Amino acid sequence: MPAALPGRLHQHGAKRVSAPTYDLGKLHGGLRLPGEKRQSTSTDIQQLPIPDQLILPLTQHVGDQADPIVGVGDTVLKGQMIAQTKDTLSAPVHAPSSGKVIAIEPWPVSRRFGDKAPCIVIECDGEDKAYEGGTAPRPYESMSPEELLIEILLGGIVGLGGAVFPTAQKLMQAISAPLEYLILNGVECEPYISCDDMLMREHADEVLRGALILMHALQVATCYVVVESDKPEALRNIAEALGEIDDERLILKQVPTIFPSGGEDQLVQLVTNREVPSGGLPTDVGCVVQNVGTAVAIHHWINKGEPLISRVTTVTGAGVASPMNVMARIGTTVEDVVAFAGGYTDRAEQLVIGGPMTGKSVTTDAVPLVKATNCVLVLSEQVPLDDEKPCIRCGECAEVCPIQLLPQQLFWYACADNEKQLRSHGLTDCIECGCCDLVCPSHIPLTADFRRAKARMLELADEKARAERARQRFESRNERMELEHQMRDQELSEQKQAARKKGQQAIQDILDRTRNNDDDDEG
Amino acid sequence: MSTPIISAIILISGIALVSGVLLSIANKSLPADNNTLVEKVNDLLPQTQCAQCGYPGCKPYANAIIENGEAINLCPPGGQETVDKLADLLGRDSLALAEETPSLMHRSVAIIDEDVCIGCTHCRDACPVDAIVGAPQFMHTIIASECTGCELCLPPCPVDCISMVPNG
Repeated sequence: MPAALPGRLHQHGAKRVSAPTYDLGKLHGGLRLPGEKRQSTSTDIQQLPIPDQLILPLTQHVGDQADPIVGVGDTVLKGQMIAQTKDTLSAPVHAPSSGKVIAIEPWPVSRRFGDKAPCIVIECDGEDKAYEGGTAPRPYESMSPEELLIEILLGGIVGLGGAVFPTAQKLMQAISAPLEYLILNGVECEPYISCDDMLMREHADEVLRGALILMHALQVATCYVVVESDKPEALRNIAEALGEIDDERLILKQVPTIFPSGGEDQLVQLVTNREVPSGGLPTDVGCVVQNVGTAVAIHHWINKGEPLISRVTTVTGAGVASPMNVMARIGTTVEDVVAFAGGYTDRAEQLVIGGPMTGKSVTTDAVPLVKATNCVLVLSEQVPLDDEKPCIRCGECAEVCPIQLLPQQLFWYACADNEKQLRSHGLTDCIECGCCDLVCPSHIPLTADFRRAKARMLELADEKARAERARQRFESRNERMELEHQMRDQELSEQKQAARKKGQQAIQDILDRTRNNDDDDEG
Repeated sequence: MSTPIISAIILISGIALVSGVLLSIANKSLPADNNTLVEKVNDLLPQTQCAQCGYPGCKPYANAIIENGEAINLCPPGGQETVDKLADLLGRDSLALAEETPSLMHRSVAIIDEDVCIGCTHCRDACPVDAIVGAPQFMHTIIASECTGCELCLPPCPVDCISMVPNG
C-alpha cells in the first residue's frame, strides 16, 4: 500500500529544522511542511445533514471487534448502543441517528489491512429520535476515578487524534502509574488537517471542560493544553476560555510548527523534555496525552449524555470544490461528505483518508466516515511510484527522523528481511510519520516498506508463538504417554505377582487339605 | 638463500604445527555440545509434528539430524526456507526439498464433521499435540487454535469425517 504523499515535496523545499525552541524540550529532526490548512478554515464548521444510510464498522478502534447487540430489522434510536464490548480491549458502537438496521455485512472501509470489514448498516428515518436510557448528564465530580472510567468506556470514546485507542483502557493503564501531567494535544501538525484547530476556535470551552473530566479521572495536578504556533485564533480562544474557567491547574502552552510534534511521544518530549523510552508509554515518564477532540467527546458524553456519534472532519484538497470542516455523523459515507463540500473538481485524482503524511489512499468513496477519520483529502496529483531510484546513502532520512532511527539502514534490512537487525535498529519504534520519504532524493517509499516489514514481523512472531505452543504440547504429550506406559507396566507386573502368590497359596491349600485327609484316613 | 627467509619459514611452520596439534587435541577431547545443537535445530523446524520426515515428530527429527547425520531436506511444511536455515546453521550444503511441492499444512487446520463422527477415538490418539477432544462413543472436536495441520488424524478415521480447511 503506498503512503499518501503529496509527491515531490522534496523539491518544494520542505525545510529541515533542529533548533531548540522556546523554553521547551528539543525535538530531533522533523520538517516544516507547507501547511495547506487555510483553504479549509475560511468557513465555520458546517453541520452535515443526516444521510439516508449510515454504515458503522464494528471495528473503529484498536483492539477486538465489538459484538453487535441488534439484529437485522431492529429499530434503533440516536445514541443507542448497537455493539458492545466484552472484557477485552475494544470500544462499543452507538447508533448515530434513529432508523432501522437493514444489514450486518462486510463493507469496504479504510483501514490498514484488508479492505472489507463487518458493518452495521442503518437506514435512517430522518426523525433523529434520541434514545431515552442513559442520556442524562453524569455528576462526575462525585464519582470515583474507576466509576468514571467505566462511564467513559460505555460512551464508546476512542482517541480521536488518529490512533483510535479506546480511551477508557488507555486511562485505566495510566492510573496505575504515578502521573504528573495530562497533556491535551491540540498540535495537529500534519498538513491539510484543520479539524482540531476549528474545534478549538469554536468550542474552546468544551475542550477545557473535557480536560477537567480527564483530570478528575486521572487525579493529576497539572494539565498542559498544547497548541501549535500556526493557530493564533485557537490560541486566543483557548486563552479566553481559560480566563473564564479560571482554574490554575490548566496551563496553555505554545509549541513551534514542526511536523511531527503532534506525535504522542514527540509532544511529551517537547513539553516536558522527558524522553519516552523505547517500547514504553508516556506514562513511564508520568504523562498522559489526549487529543482535544477526545476531550470534547468526553465532555459531550459525561456532561450531556451524548455518546461518540459524530465528529468534526476536514474535507479538503485541490480535488474538492469548497474545502471546509464538517460536523458529520459517524457512518456517513465519504461520498456524501464530499458531495456536501461541493463535490469533486476536475482535478481530483486520489482519495486519501487521513492526512497526506500518515493517511491511507482508498479506491472507493463508499467507505464510511469512522471515529478515526479526521480528514478526507482529495489530491490533485497521483503519487509518483515509478521513479524510485537506488539509495545513495546521503543520510538525510536519519537527520529528519524524529525518533533518531536510521531509515537507510532499516531499508536495507527490510529488503533483506533481516528480522534480527530490524529489531535491534528499532523498527518497532518507527511512528511512520513519513519525514524520511519526503526528504529522500531517490524517492524511496521508505514508510511503506517499514509498514510492510512491521506486518511481516508480527506474522513471524505469531508463527513462532504457535510453533512454540505446539512443541510444548507435543513434548508434554510424550511425557504423558511415557508415564502411562510406565504405569501400565507396573500395574501388569503387580497383577502378575499377585496372581503368582495366589497360585502358590492355592497349591499350598490343596496340599494342606490332602495331607489332612490322609491324616484322617490313618486315624 | 638468506637466513631471515629460512627462519621465517621455520617460525611459520612451527606455529602452524603447534596450533594444528592443539586444535586436533581440542577436537578430540572436547565433545561437541549436541544437546543445544538439537535444540537449535528443533527451533528452526515448524513444529507441525506431522511425521512426514519419517520420524515421530520435530524433536526426534532434530535429534536424527545431529546424531545420525540425517538429511536436512525432509521437512515439507518447513519448505525450502527451513532447509536453507538448517544448512546455514549446520554448515552443510543446502539441498533441494525432498518433496517437490512445499506443503502449506501449517496454514490449515483439521475440522470434524460432527454429524458423521462416531466417537471411535482413533483420531484423538493419533493427534501429536492433543488438539482433539472426545470420549468413546461421543462426538469429537478439534481445538482449532492448537491444531498444527499435520493431517495425522485423517488416515485413522474410519468414516472419513475429518477435512482440512485454511487457517484463520
